[in-house]
Amino acid sequence: MTKYITRRIFYMFITFFLIATATFFLMKALPGSPISSASKLSPTQLAVVEAKYGLDQPIPVQYAKYMLNLAQGDLGNSFQFKNASVTDLIIDRLGPSLILGTQGLVLGVTLGILLGMIAALRQNTIWDYGSTFVAIIGISIPSFVFATFLQYWLAVQWELFPVALWKDGWMSSVLPSIALAMGPLATASRFIRTEMIEVLSSDYITLAKSKGANGFEIAFKHAFRNALIPLVTVLGPLAAGLLTGSLVIEQIFAIPGIGEQFVKSIMSNDFSIIMGTTLFFSAFLIVVIFLVDVLYGIIDPRIRLSGGKD
Amino acid sequence: MKHDLQKPPASSFERIEIDSSHAERISKPSLSFWQDAWLRIRKNKAAIVSMFILAFIIIMAFVGPMISPHDSETQTITHANLPPKVPGIEKLGIMNGVGTLAGKEVDLYEMKKVDTYYWFGTDGLGRDMFSRVWEGTQISLFIAFVAALIDMVIGVAYGGISGYYGGRVDDIMQRIVEILYGIPTLVIVILMLSFMDPGITAIIIAITITGWIGMSRIVRGQVLKFKNQEFVLASRTLGATDSRIITKHILPNILGIIIINTMFTIPTAIFFEAFLSFIGLGLQPPDASLGTLINDGYKLIKFQPHILLYPSIIISLLMIAFNLLGDGLRDALDPKMKD
Repeated sequence: MTKYITRRIFYMFITFFLIATATFFLMKALPGSPISSASKLSPTQLAVVEAKYGLDQPIPVQYAKYMLNLAQGDLGNSFQFKNASVTDLIIDRLGPSLILGTQGLVLGVTLGILLGMIAALRQNTIWDYGSTFVAIIGISIPSFVFATFLQYWLAVQWELFPVALWKDGWMSSVLPSIALAMGPLATASRFIRTEMIEVLSSDYITLAKSKGANGFEIAFKHAFRNALIPLVTVLGPLAAGLLTGSLVIEQIFAIPGIGEQFVKSIMSNDFSIIMGTTLFFSAFLIVVIFLVDVLYGIIDPRIRLSGGKD
Repeated sequence: MKHDLQKPPASSFERIEIDSSHAERISKPSLSFWQDAWLRIRKNKAAIVSMFILAFIIIMAFVGPMISPHDSETQTITHANLPPKVPGIEKLGIMNGVGTLAGKEVDLYEMKKVDTYYWFGTDGLGRDMFSRVWEGTQISLFIAFVAALIDMVIGVAYGGISGYYGGRVDDIMQRIVEILYGIPTLVIVILMLSFMDPGITAIIIAITITGWIGMSRIVRGQVLKFKNQEFVLASRTLGATDSRIITKHILPNILGIIIINTMFTIPTAIFFEAFLSFIGLGLQPPDASLGTLINDGYKLIKFQPHILLYPSIIISLLMIAFNLLGDGLRDALDPKMKD
């Protein structure tokens, strides 16, 4: 176990290092710089500004500096937002994104588990088909299409919720959370359904039945708990999906979160923010996938973590 | 009537001759793998319906712009922002050219003195949405198919080489995959797109750059499973070359899984293309895909919902149909792998 974790952490650092390096050089190779599009500067002024941001130094030096700062958690300064530190900008924007992500995940996974359980316990009935239908819709319809329709019907037409912006407190988080929840809901319900069906046909369920345990006890105490374990494995892809979703959904509902800032910074070529956010997203996903793998080994003793080969 | 069960009369038995030379004759026609799969998928209603929907959308993507009376690029400013109007259906009270103007329902066709029909309405520049939607579908499908094909070729080659040759080759190739696998797809796609000139090629490269990894892992696992089985060993003993073993023995066995995987890559590629176009990193005008059309429609959602409606319906139908067909194929081609 310790050996496995050490190995995985080692790989995490290599992956992160490669991402940081690739991001840096891709950003340097970008045509245009944030300064060139900002204003009409004379060559002298341009030189002064470039010197201020260290853009006049050779690229290897800039790279070494960036990596050294990165190791200390300093992601550089933004060109766009009055020279603010990128780390601060990310932390400022973290709140709304975290709230939406958590609400979406919790709502989606809870409803998904419920739907999946109903489908498995009432296999091949109208309940089952209904839940499968919802799951297919949730997987298939792109989140931004779903979000725009939520916004159009519930906010613009019926005026139940605020259309956009993050100022009406909890009410403004409802629609974006529902839009984000669709993916996790679909994944969780399909997953739980197949797991439950498999568990329900296993020997220990037959034994529980022959002992005279009632249906409720079998469903929750025996089947559900064992079906839940493998759900941990999809948390990694779900987190990645939530991130992807947050980019468009924050845009649609004008939420001042990280995703919205990321998309804006791409448009304005603000490469310290692009890099900072990219690295933040990567680190987040790498850590989530790692935690999921380790957690899975801990909660299900049948899985032995070893070489990591499949 | 009473029978003596102890001593039945000899006439109650009849001798049936069995021709032992026919003992091994197979009474039913033997089915090939594909015939068997077809029999199974034919029973899956969802998959069959999906097949028809897909066929319809694909045909319309090519025929649609041709049968529309209007060109997709002609801008007729006097015909801008018209709601849909279809001859025949207009009498039912839907798609009759009535739109909201300043809070009141008016027949915009009458008001603007337009005497032709725009089946899906027009956009802000007076372009026919019907032709635009189907041409966008064409581009989205093209990107998705090419991306899925490239993913398949690279994935099968990489996974196949890694699994078949094994040893040090496998070790090195798998370490590379392990590192690449840790890089979030979204991040790499966005980085690649901000680096390359936007366009169809850029999107295809961005989608395929990490897309092949999933396929390569599956193919490697399958090759590892098959390469040590007895029939491969027998073939090798008889002097078969590597290329013969790969093409005649291993590839046919893993073809089903390759097809299933490709079927699921297509909707993912459609989604990514639309996603990128929606956040503004995808195709640039005048090119239009379903994603850019949805993006255009989204900006006008409050006033011209029809511009958003049709591309959204098409993309949702495409995604649902590909996913259901993929599910059906998985059940048909690989009954053991049911979810």
